[in-house]
Amino acid sequence: MNVRAPAIDSAFRQATRAFALLVLLLIAGIFASLVAGSWPAIGKFGWGFLFSEAWNPVTEEFGALAPIYGTLVTSLIALLIAVPVSFGIALFITELAPVWIKRPLGIAVELLAAIPSIIYGMWGLLVFAPFLSRHIQPWITAHVQGVPVLETLFTGPPMGIGMFTAGIILAVMIVPFIASVMRDVFEVVPPVLKESAYAMGSTTWEVVWNVVLPYTKVGVTGGVMLGLGRALGETMAVTFVIGNAHRLSASLFMPGNTIASALANEFTEADGELYTASLIELALLLFFITVIVLAIAKLFLLRLKGREGKGT
Amino acid sequence: MKRYTRRRLVNAINLTVSCLTMVFGLIWLVWILFTLADKGLARLDWAMLSQMTPPPGETGGVLNAIVGSLLLTLAAMAIGTPVGIMAGTYLAEYGRGSRLASVIRFVNDILLSAPSIILGLFIYEVVVMQMGHFSGWAGACALALIVIPVVVRTTENMLNLVPDTLREASAALGAPQWLTITKVVYRAARAGILTGVMLAVARISGETAPLLFTSLNNQFWSTDLSHPIASLPIIIFQFAMSPYNDWQQLAWAAALLITLSVLALNIIARAAVARRGN
Repeated sequence: MNVRAPAIDSAFRQATRAFALLVLLLIAGIFASLVAGSWPAIGKFGWGFLFSEAWNPVTEEFGALAPIYGTLVTSLIALLIAVPVSFGIALFITELAPVWIKRPLGIAVELLAAIPSIIYGMWGLLVFAPFLSRHIQPWITAHVQGVPVLETLFTGPPMGIGMFTAGIILAVMIVPFIASVMRDVFEVVPPVLKESAYAMGSTTWEVVWNVVLPYTKVGVTGGVMLGLGRALGETMAVTFVIGNAHRLSASLFMPGNTIASALANEFTEADGELYTASLIELALLLFFITVIVLAIAKLFLLRLKGREGKGT
Repeated sequence: MKRYTRRRLVNAINLTVSCLTMVFGLIWLVWILFTLADKGLARLDWAMLSQMTPPPGETGGVLNAIVGSLLLTLAAMAIGTPVGIMAGTYLAEYGRGSRLASVIRFVNDILLSAPSIILGLFIYEVVVMQMGHFSGWAGACALALIVIPVVVRTTENMLNLVPDTLREASAALGAPQWLTITKVVYRAARAGILTGVMLAVARISGETAPLLFTSLNNQFWSTDLSHPIASLPIIIFQFAMSPYNDWQQLAWAAALLITLSVLALNIIARAAVARRGN
C-alpha cells in the first residue's frame, strides 16, 4: 500500500488534470468544427458574406447581414429595457427592501432565469404577442406619428410578432442575470463609504448614484455584458416571436431574424452543401461575437474581484 | 431650501421608480406562471401522463416524450457529472493558483453562457455526421456539454468552501492527497456538489435548442438512445406552433409540467445552499 500510494496519487492528479484540459479542448473543438463546417461558404463568399442581404437557397446566394442586423437590434432593445430595470431591482433589493424580504425577492427574480426559454417563446407567441398587437402597438403607432425617427421605427401593421416583441422578451430573460450581478457588486461596497456620504447629508438616491455606482461601475459593466452575451445567443424564445423573415426592416414592428433563430428554423431543412455551410458560418459568427462579449464581461468582473479586499 | 426640496423630490421619485421596477420584474413571473396554470392545468391529467403523442387532430398524451426527456437527462448527467466534478477538483485542489487553472476557469465561465444552439450544432458535426443519423446519444452529448460547465463551477466553489484545516488534519494523519480529497474534502462538500448537480438537471430539462439537430423527435414509444427520441421541449416546440387545438393544449400541459419541475429543483437547490450558509 505504502509503495503504491504515490502512484495512485499521481494517477488521480493526472486524471483530474485531463478532465480540466477537456474543457479547454471543448472550446477549441467547437471553433475548429464550426470553421471546418463553414469552409465551403467562407471560400465562396469571403468577406462579402458579412455585408450581403441575400438569402436565397434556390440560387444559392447567401449573406449574413439580415440575421446579424436582427441579432444586434433585438439585443439592443433588450439592453435598453433590461439595464435600467435591473438597476432599479438591484437598488431596491440592496438599499430599500426590509431584510426579511431580500432573499425571497432575490430568489423570485432569479427564478425568471430558471424558466426554460421555450416557455418564454410559447408564452410570447400565444399570449404576449396578441396582447401587444391589441393594446400596445396601435397606441405606440398612433402616438409617434409625425415624430421624425420614432415614426419610422414604429410603423407597420400591429402583428404582435417581430423584432420589438423579441427584444422585450429577451429583456425579461436577461434581467435576472444583470440584476443579480448588480446586486452582488452593490453589496461589496464598503459600508464606510456609504455611511460617510449619508453623514454628509446625502439622500439614498445620491448615495447610490454618486458613491455606489461609480465604485462598482466595472462590475456593473461586466453584468451588462453578461446579459448581452445571453441575449445574443438566445434561441427558442426568439424563434417563436420574431417571425423569421430574412430581410432588413427599419420598423421594429416588422418580422426579422436573428442568427440563432435562423439556425433553429432552417438547419434541419437545409439541403445542399452551400446552404448548410452558410448556416454553420452564421453559427461561427455568433460564437465569435458571444465569446468576445462574454470574455469582456469576465475580464471586467475579474478586475472588480481584484480590487475587493483592498478596502476603501 | 429650494435646492433641498429638489433633492428630496429627486430622491423620492427615483426610489419610487425603483419599487416599480421590482414590481415590473415580478409581474412577468406571475403572468407567465398564471398563464401556464390557466391553460395547462386543464389538460394535466392521467391521460396526458399515460398516453403516446397523438397524430394531428386526435387526443393523446406525452408519455413517450416524458420518458425520452428522463432518459436524455439521465444520460447527459451520467456523461457530464463525472467530467465536471473531476475538472472542478483539479481547479480547486491541484491547480489552485496556477496559470493553467485560471485559463480553464475563464474558458469554463464562457462555456457556461455560450449559446446552447451552437453546442447542438457542434455535436451535430462531430457525432450525428459521423454516425450518419440523429440519435438520443447525440442529444445526451449536447446536453452534457451544458452540464459540464455548471458542475465544474459549483464543484470548484464548494470545494473552496471546505476549510484547509481539514485537509491539513488529513495530511497530518499520513493520508495521501487523493485520499484526502475523496474521503475528506468530497464528504465535507457533498451537499454543495449535489446542489450543483441539481441545478444542472434543472438547466437541461427545459433545453430545446441543443436537441433540435441531435435527438430530433419521435412520435412513437422508444427507449433506444441510438435512434431519434422524443423529448418534452421538442414536443412543446412542435405542438405549440401547430394549428391543432389538442396539440396546443398538450403543449401547455407539458410546459406547465416542465416549468413546475424546473422551479421546484431550483427552489430545493437554493434552500439547500441557504441551510449550509447558516
